[in-house]
Order: sequence, then structure tokens, then C-alpha cells
Amino acid sequence: MTDTITGADNGAGNGAAATLPELPVLTRKDFVSDQEVRWCPGCGDYSILAQTQKVMPDFGYPKENIVFISGIGCSGRLPYYMNTYGFHTIHGRAPAIATGLKAARPDLMVWVITGDGDALSIGGNHLIHSLRRNVDVRIIMFNNRIYGLTKGQASPTSELGKITKSSPYGTVDFPISPLAIALAAEATFIARSVDTFTEHMQATLNAAGNHHGSTFVEVLQNCNIFNDGAHREFTDREVREDRTVVLEHGKPMIFGKDRNKGIRLAGHQPEVVTIGENGITEADILVHDETDPLIAFMLAHIYWPEFPVPVGVLRRVSRPTHHQMLVDQLAQATATRGAGDLTKLLNSGETWKVE
Amino acid sequence: MSTEAPLKATPTTQKQLERVTIRFAGDSGDGMQLTGTQFTKNAAAFGNDISTFPDYPAEIRAPAGSLPGVSGFQLSFSSTDIHTPGDAPDVLVAMNPAALKANLGELPAGGALIVNEDAFTPGNLQKVGYASNPLGDGSLKQWNLFSVPVSTLNSRALEGLGLTNKQVDLTKNFFALGLMFWLYERDMAATVSWIDDKFKKRPEIAEGNKRALKAGYNFGETTEIFHERYVVPPAKLRPGHYRNITGNEATALGMVAASQLAERPIFYGSYPITPASDILHQLAGYKNFGVKTFQAEDEIAAVGAAIGASYGGAMGLTASSGPGIALKTEAMGLAVMVELPLVVIDVQRAGPSTGMPTKTEQGDLLQVLFGRNGESPLVVLAPATPAECFTFAIEAWRIALKYMTPVVYMSDAFLANGAEPWRIPNLADLSSIAVPNRTAREGFYPYLRDETTLARPWALPGTPGLEHRIGGLEKADVMGNVSYDPDNHHRMTLLRQAKIDGIAADIPPLEVHGPAEGDLLVLGWGSTYGAIRSAVKRLQDRGASIAHAHLRYLNPLPENVGDVLKAYKRVLIPELNLGQLRMLIRARYLIDAIGYNRVRGKPFRIAELEAEAVRVLATLGVTIA
Repeated sequence: MTDTITGADNGAGNGAAATLPELPVLTRKDFVSDQEVRWCPGCGDYSILAQTQKVMPDFGYPKENIVFISGIGCSGRLPYYMNTYGFHTIHGRAPAIATGLKAARPDLMVWVITGDGDALSIGGNHLIHSLRRNVDVRIIMFNNRIYGLTKGQASPTSELGKITKSSPYGTVDFPISPLAIALAAEATFIARSVDTFTEHMQATLNAAGNHHGSTFVEVLQNCNIFNDGAHREFTDREVREDRTVVLEHGKPMIFGKDRNKGIRLAGHQPEVVTIGENGITEADILVHDETDPLIAFMLAHIYWPEFPVPVGVLRRVSRPTHHQMLVDQLAQATATRGAGDLTKLLNSGETWKVE
Repeated sequence: MSTEAPLKATPTTQKQLERVTIRFAGDSGDGMQLTGTQFTKNAAAFGNDISTFPDYPAEIRAPAGSLPGVSGFQLSFSSTDIHTPGDAPDVLVAMNPAALKANLGELPAGGALIVNEDAFTPGNLQKVGYASNPLGDGSLKQWNLFSVPVSTLNSRALEGLGLTNKQVDLTKNFFALGLMFWLYERDMAATVSWIDDKFKKRPEIAEGNKRALKAGYNFGETTEIFHERYVVPPAKLRPGHYRNITGNEATALGMVAASQLAERPIFYGSYPITPASDILHQLAGYKNFGVKTFQAEDEIAAVGAAIGASYGGAMGLTASSGPGIALKTEAMGLAVMVELPLVVIDVQRAGPSTGMPTKTEQGDLLQVLFGRNGESPLVVLAPATPAECFTFAIEAWRIALKYMTPVVYMSDAFLANGAEPWRIPNLADLSSIAVPNRTAREGFYPYLRDETTLARPWALPGTPGLEHRIGGLEKADVMGNVSYDPDNHHRMTLLRQAKIDGIAADIPPLEVHGPAEGDLLVLGWGSTYGAIRSAVKRLQDRGASIAHAHLRYLNPLPENVGDVLKAYKRVLIPELNLGQLRMLIRARYLIDAIGYNRVRGKPFRIAELEAEAVRVLATLGVTIA
């Protein structure tokens, strides 16, 4: 019996690892499927799809070894547009299905595409457990702060008091922070980007693709039909530099058109300061450290308008992955007890012979 | 050892019996399951045919001495072929007043009643509402009462070992076991070595248990209380190697065997739930067989991960009980839609809702058949005995892999925990169930079906050139793209149904025990096999025109079911539900089947089925001698 399955093997048990052909050089076009894209014109999802297709050749995986798994919602359609393997599953369950796939097939690069409702509401349990297990899956969560596919109900990230079809008098449900959830669930890679920040998003997806372990990327995305301008107050071209802070490991958290604003810690409270005023210098600005959980916690909780919105990699640490620990346990059990002998197993315990 | 019981003046006589049924009952912390299991192993190794029925509360340790805390283990051992753990015990071992009160009603008059009289304290009697001590007030006159000071004798036997009172008290079940070993002339060597092995790191506890065991045995030997010992000779089982096996054990072993026969690894996603958890415990130990186990965050993730593993080419397996199956329902529908192999084990328990978690029932048949949205056909199998759980695990996978379909494998609490001797199969006798994955690019479409099986190709991620997308949305026939075309949906719905219906040609016909036609057919499914088989056999011996047929395939049904049913004047369907199979049979074959339905959380007794069959025969004007 084999415990190694690959697509190139016929699965009938020779267990031989597939010999990988020499990799052809792939381009974005190789990842575009023949399916017509059917999101609303002007949707932020187009940009996310384009950046995703663009970075795919960078990872060195043959496209047949890449799998996109999604749940339900507008985001859930993305796998149809990727010329890779794809599985459009059921509402909220994509992380669970991806966990099983990655456990069975460590050779595959697995992506999960989800939305704020799919990941944080109906699938909240699966999200936190796949993150805490460090399942080696890249979860890209489109956050438009609304239910789009069901035509405009409040989502778990909708702001308190938001008037939607399901909340004509305003919501009474306090929104949750996706990044804080990911952090609490001990994800080993946590990042945020924006649909319209194309280069930033490419860099973020690239970093996500190169991480090994539970990877959570929140992409702030506009729904121009049901929640138009969801993030425009800080993402519009004219204001974005003053209202977002781009995180870079080992660099001070400086932002603003004039690169003169920064985040400083006053005790354990963050505050926005201006370099050159009141004797503040660059040395006073907090330096980002992707491995520091307290910094990540602070960054997950600051937001516009009190603070610039942090974008980039909040947290990146290394921990053994779920599938690797499973594989190691199998190897260890086989090393100590020998490869399983079914005849012996069936005949174990107290047996007797009837003549 | 010393006892205060009168020493034997006369030798004990020996009597041979064909079959004996013993029920051990005590507090759930008294070790009754262990005592029963040890006696069972002994009887099995001796060569008796055996059948067991553990009956325990959901509470791990209900208040000591209370009725809800009573744990029982019934075993029947015999020199002839038996199919059930016995309707009623011949011997009841009651370790306290609660155990006596909870079980006495099922001990027939004249039955042997062995009690630990030390536990009949005013406090314990009061807890269960005894106004006076039944051991002394004459209320037990119709039974053959043996009142033994088990605790006193046992603590005396363990004197000097330095054990605490609590530790000493915990060994008293071995005293009871030792006494039963004496009564039925059993060799204790295997139990002694089991104790040595179990407590090898705590030799003083091992010694305590061994002394308790021997003290019980010697008590029987030396006191005047017991005048007769009983011998149940070995049964004439089919030659071969045997072991004792429960349904859950056989299920787990069968899954590993299926993995080897399919040459694919098992991925087992599971969430703890009674009475299915033992399957997880067991499979988690088989890592050197390539079995990957995953204790999921919930039932939904357990089945979801299994589907993900199957998508990747492994054998995705999950198990639960009724409430958990309800949660898995949506994902099972996904597996129907994407047509991936998947096996879902349902170890049924009494419902609805949380119901009675440790008690048996057959209430989930309609749930697994129809409990999904849309037209959502899948295969449903139900092994009938613990030993059959092994073969049906392999059969479930044969069908799932060959037809690219989810298969539900129905067990229940009685089947899962009950044990019987199992003739260990020779692996060379088992056929391969391996299926290839699609690798050829030429003419590949995700929903292009095999002409015979109607299965779609299983093209695994990692296969160059076969990149495709599947999902829960309706797919265009052959091409597999998302489709809302009305005629396509109708066609695909019919195709999914036809694929499952077609499996009827690939399963054995329904077998009949008894005449091929006659007055009465008793039709059953699942764990009621033993009781039905025995009841029908008794009536055949009494000259009735009666036969028994047992369905192992609930969907699709074997092709000959209609013909079988029509060959009898009456059809009786006993079920541990309110008539779920009967509803299906009546709807499908337009036969006015009669139900016998009980939901007491317990298996059927042979006698009640026999009586019901007699009643039905009487409606035909047939009287049975």
C-alpha cells in the first residue's frame, strides 16, 4: 500500500514518487481558465483574481500541483477562473476540506479563497482551527464588509449600526477584526492588502505563497453594488498614503505623503506622531517586527479614523506544519513498529484455534 | 485465605449445560465491563460460542450506589451456535442494591442471584428506595439467592499488601469473577497473565487483583453455599483461527484491510461521539498502516476533511452517530454532487437529539437515505453482526471506489459494543478493490461517465493536463462546467439516481433462511439479525412455515427483494424504530408489511419476536404447537 499519492501515479499503489518534468516557464496566461468571469463589472474581485494569476508562476509549482478551494459567496467563484485544480465547496467549509486535502497530499500547493461571511460567520470554527493547526494552506479572505452574493445583508465585519437590507434600523452586532481572529488562532502568517493596491497585493500574495504554514491574508475589497466605497476613506488614491501604513519587517512604521508620520508607543499605547515636531525623530518610531505577538496584536486593533490602517505582513513565524507532523508520526510509527502487517494485526490479541 | 462461611462437608456435583447467560451488574465504577470482558475472553478461548451485550450509562461516574449509575454486562456462552446475548440472564451478579433493583426484573424465577451483601447497607438501600433489606425480608424467595460478603472476604484476602481501602475496594470485581470462574469450572491462567500485563508498572495492584480473583475462586471451592458446578462444553465452530471481536473493532480492522485491498491510504476525519469514538481510538493506533487520523473541530470538519482527502486520492472516511450525521448532512450532499468516494459510518444510538447516547436504536435509516436537500441518492449498507462489520467495511469501499459515490455504513450501539467469536479471514481470500485514477488527457471531461458503472473519472490534482474544477453547483453533463440549464439538471439528477440504482446488479441477492415460500417472512436489517434468526429458528423447529431474510443493502435494495416478499402470505418487519424499513418496503413493493417496533434502547429479545410471529401466524389461522 502506498501512503504517497501523486497525480502522476495511477494511484494503484506502486508508491513511486512522480518524476517531475522540467518546469516550463509559466506566465499569467497559463493560469487563466476558459471560463467567462461573471463578477459584477467594477467589482474588486477582478483585481484580486488578476494579481493572483500574476503571482502564480513565481512559486515554481507546476500548475497541476496547485489547488484552489473556495466556499460560498462571490469570492467562491474564483477557482473557476484559475486554470489549476479547483474545488468550489460549501459555505464556510473550505478550510476543513483543504485540511484533509493537504494532509492526504503534502505535495500540493493549496489555496483557500473565502469572504468575510464565509470565513468569519458560517465557517468561523473551521477558520480558527485550520489556523491553530498550522495547516499549510494559504487563506485569502476578501473583506467587503457585506454579503454580496445574497444581495446585501450585514456581515460579521459590517460596522455597528450599518443599514443594510437585513438591518434597516442599523446592525446591533459589533464587528470582529479578521486579523485579531487570525492572531488569536495562532496563524503563522497574517497579512492585509487592498484590492486597488495592485503592487502591494502582488507582494503580499507572493509572501503568502512562500510561507509554509497557516497563512491568512485579508484583502480589503470593494463591492460596488451593495457596499460601494467600503474602504475608500483610506484607500482612495488621494488619501491612501496618509491613511494607511505599509508594514515592513525591521523598518519603522512611517507613513504619509511626506513620509513624516509614524506610530510610536507611549507606554503600551500606540499614538500617531509627526517626525520633526515636538522633538520627535525617526528613532522614536516603532520598528515592525513580524515575530513580535504584541506588535501584531496592536496592529490588528488599530484602524481608520483613529489610526492609519496597517497593510502588509503583521506576523510571520515558523512552526511545524500539520501535514508534516502527521507524516512524521507515520514515519516514526513505521520505524518503531515496522510497516503494518495486516495478517499479524488481524491475528493480534487472544486468539484460538478450532480444529 | 480464611472465610467465615461454612466449609464443605459434601463434595460439589457437576452438571452439564448447553448455554448459560450471566449478567454482571454494579456501579459504573465497579469494573463490571472489565469483569464481563474477562469472562467473555475466557469462554471464547475455551471454545464456547459467545455473544455479549454491554449496557452502561452515559454518565462516566454517576453518584455511587444510584440507579442511573448501574452498569451491566451480559454475556451468553454456549456449546451450540448462538446469535444473541440471551433474552434474560440465568445468573445475575449484583454488586449493590442499585444493581439488584435495576436488573432483578429481568431475572426469571429460579434464576441464580449472587449478591455482595456487604454493599446492602442502610445508606445504599435507602438511596434506591428499599424500605427493608431484600436479602433478609423474604422478598427474593422466588430466586436462588447466594448472599456473599464479597467486600469483607476480599479485604481480608488482601490484608498485608499495604493497599488503601479504596484500592482494595476496586479489586472486588475480580473476587466476583473468580467465583464465577469456579462455578463454571474455568481456568484462570489467561486472566492472571492479563492482570500481570495490565498492571506491570504497579505490581502491588497486580497482586491485589490476583489475590481477589483467587479468593473468589477459593470461596466457591471451600464453602458450603454452592453445591453444584456447571460445565458448558465447547461449541462446534467452523475450523479456523478465532478471536473475540466487537462491531467497532471489526469495523476499524475492516477499514485497514480495505485500504490494503484498494492500495490507498485511509484518511479518517472524526469528532468524538458515543458510541463511535472507539473507531477513532483504534484507527489512531494504525499509523504504521499509513492511516492518517484527524480529530476535527466538529462533525462538519470531520466529513469535510475526509472529502478533501478523497479529492486528493486517499480513502476519505468519517464516522459518527445520529446527531453527528445530522451535522454532516450538507457535506454528504456535496459528496453526492461532486461524485467522490467517501464512507460515512453511522453508529446509531437512541434519538432524537442527544437521546440516549449509550443505548441502541435503528432510528437513522430514513435520515441517511433522505436527510439531504434535493434528490441526493447514495449507497446505504448495514452489517448484521459484529463479524460482518469487517466484510462490510471492505464492501463499502469496493462500492465507493468503483462507483465514485458516498456510502453510508450503518452500525448501532449494540453492534458496536457487542462481541462474538470471529473467524479470522485469510487475506489471500480477499479480492482487490483497487481502481485506477484517470491520467490520460485524450478525451478527458470531469463528468464523462463510465458506460457500465456511470462513474465519473477520478482525476487527481497533480495530474498534468487534467486541471478542472468541481463543486456543489450543478454541472453540465460530461463537460462539468457550471450549468443552470433546466434539461441538464433533470438529466444529471436522473444520472445520479441511475448510477446508484445500477449498483443493484453488482450486489448479492437477498438470501432466505427457511422455505422459499410459505406463511410468514420475517424481514430485518442491521443488529436485529441474531434475535430474528433465533426466533425464526425456534418457530421452524415448532413446525411453522416461516423464513427469515436480512437486508445488508438498504440502498439500492437487492434486485430479488420484491420476488422474495411476494412468496409469503405475510411479511413481518421488526425494527428498533417506528417502522422505517417497513415504510420503504410498503412504498416500493406495495406489500402490506406488518411492523413490530420497539424503541427501548435495548436489542430485541428472542421471545418477544417469537411471540409476535405466532400472533401474526394466528391471523392466517395457523396455530403453532
